[in-house]
Amino acid sequence: MSTHSMATDAKSAKRASQDRFESPDFYQLDDLLTEEHKLIRSSIRDFVKKEISPNIEEWCQNAHFPYEIVKKFGEIGAFGPTLPTEYGCGGLDYISYGLIMQEIERGDSGMRSTASVQGSLVMYPIYKFGSEAQRKKYLPKLASGEYLGCFGLTEPNHGSNPSGMLTNFKDMGDHYLLNGAKMWISNSPKADIAVVWAKNEEGRIHGLIVERGMEGFSTPETHGKWSLRASCTGELVFDNVKVPKENLLPGKSGLGAPMMCLDSARFGIAWGAIGAAMDCYDSARRYAMERIQFDKPIASFQLTQKKLAEMLTEITKAQLLNWRLGVLMNEGKATTPQISMAKRNSVEMALNIAREARQIHGGMGITGEYPMMRHMMNLESVVTYEGTHDIHLLILGAEITGIPAFK
Amino acid sequence: MKILVCISHVPDTTSKISFTDNHTKFDSNGVQFIIGPYDDYALARAIEIKEATGGTVTVLNVGEADTEPTIRKALAIGADDAIRVNAFPSDSYFVAQQIASIAKEEKYDMILMGRESIDFNGGMVHGMVGEMLGIPSVSPVMKLEVEGGKAKMAREIEGGKEYLEVSLPLVAGCQEPIAEWKIPNMRGIMSARTKPLKVVEPASNDTRTKLSQYQMPAAKGAVKMVSADNVAELVSLLKNEAKVL
Repeated sequence: MSTHSMATDAKSAKRASQDRFESPDFYQLDDLLTEEHKLIRSSIRDFVKKEISPNIEEWCQNAHFPYEIVKKFGEIGAFGPTLPTEYGCGGLDYISYGLIMQEIERGDSGMRSTASVQGSLVMYPIYKFGSEAQRKKYLPKLASGEYLGCFGLTEPNHGSNPSGMLTNFKDMGDHYLLNGAKMWISNSPKADIAVVWAKNEEGRIHGLIVERGMEGFSTPETHGKWSLRASCTGELVFDNVKVPKENLLPGKSGLGAPMMCLDSARFGIAWGAIGAAMDCYDSARRYAMERIQFDKPIASFQLTQKKLAEMLTEITKAQLLNWRLGVLMNEGKATTPQISMAKRNSVEMALNIAREARQIHGGMGITGEYPMMRHMMNLESVVTYEGTHDIHLLILGAEITGIPAFK
Repeated sequence: MKILVCISHVPDTTSKISFTDNHTKFDSNGVQFIIGPYDDYALARAIEIKEATGGTVTVLNVGEADTEPTIRKALAIGADDAIRVNAFPSDSYFVAQQIASIAKEEKYDMILMGRESIDFNGGMVHGMVGEMLGIPSVSPVMKLEVEGGKAKMAREIEGGKEYLEVSLPLVAGCQEPIAEWKIPNMRGIMSARTKPLKVVEPASNDTRTKLSQYQMPAAKGAVKMVSADNVAELVSLLKNEAKVL
């Protein structure tokens, strides 16, 4: 829908028209999608071309989180699209969610992180484990982008091993007293609320909704990132924070609760990473056709063709894997190891494609004129967060052998 | 305010155009279809007017069943309901008759559409509909405000702009910058599922033109670069090769 990507504003029209992205569909996988899925994809793609592509390079170069994007994500419906419409959400299926994440990450992984944290890690647990009062209080505001949320599980000394967390709360009769610290929290510096996982006095993990402004709660920003530079990351520090009792998520306790959130978010990442890969492939294919060396396009050289052919093969395989996983999610049958396989496969594939595509661009590929370096650096976070590449491998290893290697 | 927006279902502007059946049929294989970009401006303005003053927006398309995804997109953008006249839009006269026939019954305050479709680029339907209904038709409209039962419009004319005040009901062929294209949001897409899309049979099958054949424009020639300090070569090429001097 290239016509629609051109806004009337002359400057943005010029820039947006430079985003000529077209997604590959080598195995006619569009036939597996409904007309509604395709409309969702084209709408989010148009949104990205209008709101993200013209600015993303500048935001990343300046490590600037464009807070105004939160409202825009809310308007387009990128927050919690699978949750019910009665809470202001989309009521869509998981393939729709996957396509939304794919298109946003095609723009930038940092932007996708903002959206997937809000949807899968903040809204999802409030919907799934929250009381009706909590749902009514928070979900519409999170869906519209009036509130930005974050998710606190990882701690300075507990990343891959969240069950060892030290953050804890004590029952003080009329409130809980929360202490501890969380690290590597996307959205934290600007978040209005945080869904925080902490142990009670018996050592059982519970979710608590902590609001900005509660005394003793602070969110220092993490500076100096070489990755996800357009998304804000920080800590959550709880120094004797009095949390009202009605802010405890009553529906589920134990590590299984945050893990369910991560399953939903990892599913989104599996789709999102394909977006980044497709953007790199699309740019490389175009550049290879236009760049002349030895009096012919570099696309005519076998080594370039090998790179492009392998990229398209890997993208197509990942698209099929994701589509099938989406169907399983819709049927409520997807398992954690299946999601691990897709997340792991997509992100590794995307990282490799970003590097190969960068090579096809030669020296030009290291500049911000092209998206590969940005995607490549972003993907270093994506391959680490929401379960590292190795942990997902071990989840699969435990599934195959019945022997967990990480305990 | 009761507004009708007529939308065409046209190939995306980046589509590769080819023909089949001895150059008598457009080859739609692998072609992505969109709402006509000028019609999309008309739709966006109609939604803005509805949001500001209340009322309804109905979209109308003359087309076969394959145009329904395009119609659903218009519903997702914010139209309340839709009508599809179940027929291939064979020419401007045919399309105009279908629109006029429905508009006679429904009594719309405004009938908006693009200044032209981007497939055949006839730019005639709005004028014909105005004639058939005996109401004013204006095109190309770049600005449209409604105030006290009248429409204030700016129209593009050769070398300038014309400002008009037109009584309702009216027909307008729209173009940018009348409004900015709207991207459907997820809630709109969800709610478009259940919005009414009525399919009606054509009021008449009268057409005034018959297609003989399509022809592609001649392929562009190769570019020849001439060094800036070699005017003599440029002149010689223009004289002897391009034969334009």
